[in-house]
Amino acid sequence: MKFQPVIGLEVHVQLLTDSKIFCGCSTRFGAEPNSQTCPVCLGLPGALPVLNRRVVEFAVKAGLATNCSISHRSVFARKNYFYPDLPKGYQISQFEEPICLKGWLDIQVNGTAKRIGITRIHMEEDAGKLVHGELPGLDDGSGVDLNRACTPLLEIVSEPDLRTADEAVAYLKQLHRIVTWLGICDGNMEEGSFRCDANVSVMPVGADKLGTRAEIKNVNSFRFVKQAIEHEIERQIDLIEDGGTVVQETRLFDPNTGRTRSMRGKEEAHDYRYFPDPDLVPLVIDDEWVRRAQDELPELPEQRQRRFISEYGVSEYDAEVLTATRSLAEYYEGCVALHGNGKAVSNWVMGELTRALNDSGLSIDQCPVTPRLLAELVKLIDSGTISGKIAKTVFDEMWRSGREPGAIVEEQGLVQVSDSGAIEAIIDGILAANQGQVEEYRGGKEKVFGFFVGQVMRASKGKANPALVNELLLNKLKG
Amino acid sequence: MNITVADVEQVARLARLELGPDEKGLFAGQMDAILGYVNKLKELDTDGILPTSHAVPMENAFREDRACPAIGVEKALANAPDRVNSFYRVPKVIE
Repeated sequence: MKFQPVIGLEVHVQLLTDSKIFCGCSTRFGAEPNSQTCPVCLGLPGALPVLNRRVVEFAVKAGLATNCSISHRSVFARKNYFYPDLPKGYQISQFEEPICLKGWLDIQVNGTAKRIGITRIHMEEDAGKLVHGELPGLDDGSGVDLNRACTPLLEIVSEPDLRTADEAVAYLKQLHRIVTWLGICDGNMEEGSFRCDANVSVMPVGADKLGTRAEIKNVNSFRFVKQAIEHEIERQIDLIEDGGTVVQETRLFDPNTGRTRSMRGKEEAHDYRYFPDPDLVPLVIDDEWVRRAQDELPELPEQRQRRFISEYGVSEYDAEVLTATRSLAEYYEGCVALHGNGKAVSNWVMGELTRALNDSGLSIDQCPVTPRLLAELVKLIDSGTISGKIAKTVFDEMWRSGREPGAIVEEQGLVQVSDSGAIEAIIDGILAANQGQVEEYRGGKEKVFGFFVGQVMRASKGKANPALVNELLLNKLKG
Repeated sequence: MNITVADVEQVARLARLELGPDEKGLFAGQMDAILGYVNKLKELDTDGILPTSHAVPMENAFREDRACPAIGVEKALANAPDRVNSFYRVPKVIE
C-alpha cells in the first residue's frame, strides 16, 4: 500500500518587545535566573495582567503579512494545566476568538509553487524554563527560572496542507523570513525565538479520512525539522504495515539519534478547560487600526523578490538569496541605486561580499564595505578602469581598510592597461620566448591559447584588459 | 445532572488531588447538586443573546512597551519553599 503523509505546523514566534506581554519586566535573554520577574509573571495572588500594546501591533503585522483577516474582536483565555514552569497553573492564551484567522503563504518546492493555508494566529505568554541536573544541588530536583515566563509569543498554526518534509521546511523558511523581515522576531532558533511543533500523520493514498497524528516537539533547526518529519513518516508507515496503529501522542525529537520518541505522561494533559480570562478585557481592533497597520507594512520579501527580477534582471535564485533578509535586500538596493548595473552588483554581493562576511563571521549590518563603496568598485570595473580580477584585490583591501576603491587603485597602480601598444609589446615578448607552444597552437592544438593568456596576464601583473589580450593574442597567433 | 465517581476522578486527576473512596462518593453528590442548581439557568430563554465573556463593558486596556525594574531575585524567591542559587527548586520533573 502507498501512503500519503499529511503535515501541519504550529510555530511559536517570540516577539521582539522590550517588556513582557502582561507586565513591565524585561525580556532580555540570558539574565540571572528569576531576576526579571514581578508579581504578575510570578503568578502571585492579586496581581493583574495588562496587555502590552506592541504585542497587538506585531500580531496584526504578522497577520497582514500572511494574508489573514484581523478579528474585529478577540479574547484572551486561560489554558489550564499543571507544570512547574507555569506559576499560575494556567497559561494566558487565545482560544475561541484569536486575533488572526484564515491566511496563507506561498511556497516553492523544486520549482513548483504551492499555497499553504494558515488556520489562525494567536497571542500568548511563554512559560518559564526548567533546568535538570545541570547545576550542583540539582541532582535530585529541578530548577525553575521564570525570566521567560510571560514573554510574548505568537502561535501560527498552519492547515494540514503540507505533504512532504521539504514542503514543511520551505513553509517554515518562508515564515521565518517574513517575521524577521517585519522586525517582530529575531529568528534565533537556537535560543528558541522561533520554534516549531509538527503534527504528522499518514493515510493510504486516495483515502479521505486523515490518519491519527503524532505531535513532534523540540525541533529547533530547519535541518532537524526535515529529519524529524521524515523519520516520523517512516515510523508510522512501518508501524501500520506491521499491523500496528498510530496512537495520538506527543513525541520528542532527539537530535543525537535523528529519531522521535514517545513523551509519556503528558497525554492526559490535553484537557485544558479553556475559559475566557476575566482579568483581561476584550481586544477590539477597528478598521482604522487595520488600515494604519496596512499602510505601515514594508514591502514584503516575496514582492521584493519579484521586483528584483523584473527591475534589475537578476535570476529567480539570485533574487531569493538577495531577499533572504531585509538588511541584505536594503544593502543590494543601496548599491544599485548608486550604480544601476543590477546583475553585476548582484554577483558581487552574492560572491565576494557573502564570502567575506562568512569568513569573518559578520552579519551584513556589520559589513565594513558600505553599499556606496561596493557601487564605486563595480563602477570602476564597468568603466574599464580595472579588470574583474584586480577588483577582487581591491575588494580585499577595501574590506581591510574601508577605504575608497579609487584611492586604492591609484595608490597601488592597479589601473587596467587597455593600451594596445603596451599589451602587444608584452605579447610579442611572450610569443618569442615560447616558440614551441606557438608551433603547437598553429599545428591545431588550440588549448595552448589559455597558457598564453595566463602568461600575458602574469607579465602585466594582472592589469592587462583581458578582453583586449584575447583579441590581440588571437590576431598574433593567427597571423 | 448526573455526576459520577468517574467524573470526580477525572477532575481530581487534572487538579492533582488524591481522594479516598468515601470522598469520591461525597463529592460526586455535592457536585451533582451544585451543577443541578446552576442548571436552572437553562430554563431561561437565551435566544438572540450573545455569550458574555466579560461582565464589565470595557475593552482595550493597554500598557506601553517599556521595561521597568523587576522586584529582584531575593524578593522573587522570598516565599519559595526551596531554592538552589537563583532558581526555585522543585521535585525532579521527568523530561
